[in-house]
Amino acid sequence: MTEAAPTVLEMTHITKRFAGIVANDDISFDLRQGEVHALLGENGAGKSTLMNILYGLYHPDEGEIKIAGKQVQLGSPSAAIDAGVGMVHQHFMLIPVMTVAENIVLGHEPRHADLFLDIGEANERVREISDRFGLTVDPKARIQDITVGQQQRVEILKALHRNADILVLDEPTAVLTPQEAGELFGIVRGLTEQGKSIIFISHKLNEVAEIADRITVLRRGKLIDTIPAAGATEESLATLMVGREVTLRVDKSPSNPTDTLLEVRDLHVFDDRGIEKVRGISLDIRAGEIVGLAGIDGNGQTELIDAMTGLRRAASGSVKVAGKDVTTATAYGHFEAGLGHIPEDRQRRGLVLEFSIAENIALHDYRRAPDSRFGWLFPARLLERGARLIKEYDVRGGGPQTRAGGLSGGNQQKVVLAREIDRNPQALIAAQPTRGLDVGAIEFVHRRLVEERDEGRAILLVSLELEEILSLSDRILVIYEGEIVGEFPPWATEEELGVAMTGGGRGEEAA
Amino acid sequence: MSDLDQPPAGAPQDPSGLGPGVRQSMLERYDVAAKAGGLLAPVLTALLAFAVGGLVVIITTGKNPLATYRAIFEGAGFNWLLPWVQGTERQAAAFNMQQTLIITTTLVLTGLAVAFAFRCGLFNIGGQGQYITGAIFAVWIGSSFEGLNPFIHVVFAAAAGALCGALWAGIAGILKATVGAHEVISTIMLNWIAIWIGAFLFGVGGPLQNDRQEFVPVSNDIVEGAKLPVFWGDPVFQGLHIGFFVAIAGLVIYWLILSRTTLGYGVKAVGFNPEAARYGGINVPRNYFLAMAISGAFAGVAGAIDILGWQFRLGTDTVQQATIAFVGIAVALLGRNTAIGVALAALLFGGLLTGTATRNLDPEVFQPELASNLTLLIQGLVVLFVGADVIVLWLMSRMRRKRPA
Repeated sequence: MTEAAPTVLEMTHITKRFAGIVANDDISFDLRQGEVHALLGENGAGKSTLMNILYGLYHPDEGEIKIAGKQVQLGSPSAAIDAGVGMVHQHFMLIPVMTVAENIVLGHEPRHADLFLDIGEANERVREISDRFGLTVDPKARIQDITVGQQQRVEILKALHRNADILVLDEPTAVLTPQEAGELFGIVRGLTEQGKSIIFISHKLNEVAEIADRITVLRRGKLIDTIPAAGATEESLATLMVGREVTLRVDKSPSNPTDTLLEVRDLHVFDDRGIEKVRGISLDIRAGEIVGLAGIDGNGQTELIDAMTGLRRAASGSVKVAGKDVTTATAYGHFEAGLGHIPEDRQRRGLVLEFSIAENIALHDYRRAPDSRFGWLFPARLLERGARLIKEYDVRGGGPQTRAGGLSGGNQQKVVLAREIDRNPQALIAAQPTRGLDVGAIEFVHRRLVEERDEGRAILLVSLELEEILSLSDRILVIYEGEIVGEFPPWATEEELGVAMTGGGRGEEAA
Repeated sequence: MSDLDQPPAGAPQDPSGLGPGVRQSMLERYDVAAKAGGLLAPVLTALLAFAVGGLVVIITTGKNPLATYRAIFEGAGFNWLLPWVQGTERQAAAFNMQQTLIITTTLVLTGLAVAFAFRCGLFNIGGQGQYITGAIFAVWIGSSFEGLNPFIHVVFAAAAGALCGALWAGIAGILKATVGAHEVISTIMLNWIAIWIGAFLFGVGGPLQNDRQEFVPVSNDIVEGAKLPVFWGDPVFQGLHIGFFVAIAGLVIYWLILSRTTLGYGVKAVGFNPEAARYGGINVPRNYFLAMAISGAFAGVAGAIDILGWQFRLGTDTVQQATIAFVGIAVALLGRNTAIGVALAALLFGGLLTGTATRNLDPEVFQPELASNLTLLIQGLVVLFVGADVIVLWLMSRMRRKRPA
C-alpha cells in the first residue's frame, strides 16, 4: 500500500451512546483506496456499532463522516448505498426461492417499458460484473441451490451492482469452509486491485494478519490502535484486543485414558429427507481423553451427534454411555445416564434466550430436587445455583435473573458450559464449542475442556476448525460422507487431515 | 455469531433493548414490548383504540365522544368507585358495577384460557367451543340431581365444566402433538362441532330440551341448589355471584402454575423455544397437550360459571350467538398474557360490554345503532393495535432517541 493512495473514508471522533453505555467512544477510522482495513475486537468491542453508523443504521451522537473528502449525513442504509457504501452482513439477506440475478438486481431492476422485469438484461448485467471482478456465479441458479460460499459472492455482487466503492464484510469467514475462505481472500485481493476499498470485520487473528493492510483494534468501545499488518503477530494482536497476555496454545499434559465411557457401535442414521447421513460409525471414547472429530460441514456430524444425544432415532446400531445402553432413550434419558451435551447452536438449541440465566441452568434438572419437589418449583434455589455458577464460570453481563438473550455470545456459551459441566457428566459431547467466540472466550472454553478431561471425563469434540481439533485432541478422527475415514495422532498436520476430510485418505481405513 | 446487538461486555444492559435493537425482528421487538414496555405500551394501545373509536363517534353521529365515553363509564358502574356519588345514583351505579363484574368474571377466565395457550406458543382460538361444552355439562348436571347438597352440586357441575373444556381443547392438543395439525384450524373446527352439538341437544325434540315448554329450544332451568350464591346485590335482580372469586382464584392459579411449578417451566420453555426444550429433555408434544387442556379448562369453567351464576339455562340461541369467549382473545392480547394484565383487560372489556348494553342507552348521548357496535369497534381496534404495537413501541423509541437539533 503506497502512502499516496487517496483516503476514501474518514470517520472522525465518532461517539455513540446507548442508555448509559458508550458503545463508541471518540473513535477515528479511515480507509484508503484499494486497501483492506481490518477492524478487530472482541464481541461487544463496538466494531459493529461503528459499521452500523457507517451504514446509516445508527446516527452518531458526536463526530463526522467524510466519504471521498465530502462530509456526509448517512440517515439510512439507502443514503449509505448512494454514498457508495456496501455491506455484506454475516447473515445473508437473500431470497432463497429467487435466482442469483433476481437477488442481485432487487430494488434496482432493469425493466421493459418501466413495468416488467427484464430478466435477460439482469442476467447479462450480473455476468458482466462477475466477470469484471472475477466472482464466478451462475446468474440463473436459485439461491437455495447454491453453497454458502456462493451465496456470499452474491451478496458481494449485490453491493457491487449498486456501485459500492467501500465494502464492509462482517465476519465473512464465519460461515465458510477453509477452502471457501481461501477463495474469498482471492476475491478480496481482486477487488482491491480494481480500486475497491474493504473494511474487514473479524476476530480471527490469523486471517486478519493474512488479508489486511492495516488493522484497527477496538476494545470496550475505545480505539486502542491502528497498526500496519506487516509485522503484527497473532500474539501481539491478541494482547491488543483483550488487553492482557493471552495464551493461544493450549497447555496440556499427555492424556491418560482409562475406561470407555462413550461407545458407539455401527450406527446408521438418516436425516429428515431420508438420506443416510451416518453410515456405520463406531467410536470408543475413554475417560480422560479428548477425541476430535474433524470434517467438512454436512458430512454427518450433526446427525451423529443428534443420534448420540437422543434427539434423533438411529436406524440401527447402538450407543452406550458409561456402560448403559441409551440407543432408544430420550434426550432426558441420555442426561440421566451421565452425558453432557454442548450443542452446536447455542441460540437455537442450547439456550432459551427469553429465560433468565438461572432458568437456563436448570433446563435439565428443574424436575427434580433440589430445584423442585412434587412439581413445585423453588425459584430461590435456581437463583442460588445461577449465582454460584455465574461466579465460577465468570459469566459477565448480568446476574442470575438476566435474560440469557441479553448476554454476548461468549457469555452465553459460558452459561451452557456451566450447565453441562456442573451436572458432573461422565461423558461430554462438545459440538463447535467456540463457534463465533472471541479469543478470550475461546481460551476459557479450551482450558475448561482440558480441565474436564483431566477430571476423568470422556470428551468428544466435534469442530469445523482444524486448529481447534489439533490443539485440543488426544486422538483425531476424520468423518467423510458419514464414515470415519481415518484416525490421526495429535501431531498430524492440517494437510494430512485436509486430504482425509475431502475423501482422499480413504485407503487408510483398512490400514 | 454476530455481535451487532451486543453492548460492551460488562456494561449494564440497555433495559429496554431498544437502543441497539435496530436489527431485531418484529417478533423480538414485540417480546421486548411484552417485557420491558410494561404497562405503558398496553395502556397506549388501549388509549389509541379509544381515540380512534371516538373519531368514529364524531364522524358517524356528530356527538361529543367524551360524553359518549362518560355515559359508558357510568353505564358500566365505574362511578360507584367515586365516593361523591350518593343516593339513588349510587344504587344504580352499584347495580351496573355488579353487571360489569359478572361479565368480567367470564372474561377473566376466557382470557386466561387464551393466554395460557399463548405461553406455550399455541393460539387457542377455540375458547368458544370449550366454553360451550363446559356450559352444556354444567346445565345438564345443574338441572339434574334435584335435592343434592348445594355445595357438592355446584362443585360437581363446575368441575365437570372444566373437565369438558379441557377434554375439548385436549383434542386439538393431541392432534397438534401427534400429527402436527395446526391448533388454529382444529380449534375453529371444534367450535363448530360444539355449537351444533348444542343446537342438537337443546333444539326442539333434542335430548336435553325443556320438559315443560315443548316448543322452546332451551334447556331445563338448573335447580335452586345448583345456583351460585349472590354476595353483592339482590339475587332477584342479578347481583354479583361468587363465581367472581373463582375468576380471582383462576388468576392466582394461572400465575402459580407459570411461575412456581415445573409444569409452567416446561410450558414456557416450549413456548419460547421448542427446539431448546427438546434438547433440554422436555417432552414437547406432552406440553402441547397439557397446555391446551389447561387452557380449555379455564374456558370450560367460564361456561359453567355463567350457567350456574346468572344464566341458569342454555338455549340454542345462546349457543349459536354468544361471542364472549372470542373477546377473551382481545383480553389476552391486551393483557400481554400476564395474570394482572388479563384482570385489567377483562375489567376494561367487561365495562365496555355493560356500558354499551342497550338498556343503558341515552339517545341524547349516542345513538342506539352505534352503542353496542362501539364495543366491537374498540375490541377490533385493540386487537389491531396490539398486533401493530410495534409501531407504538417504535414511536416511543424514536421520541427517546431524538436529540436536540
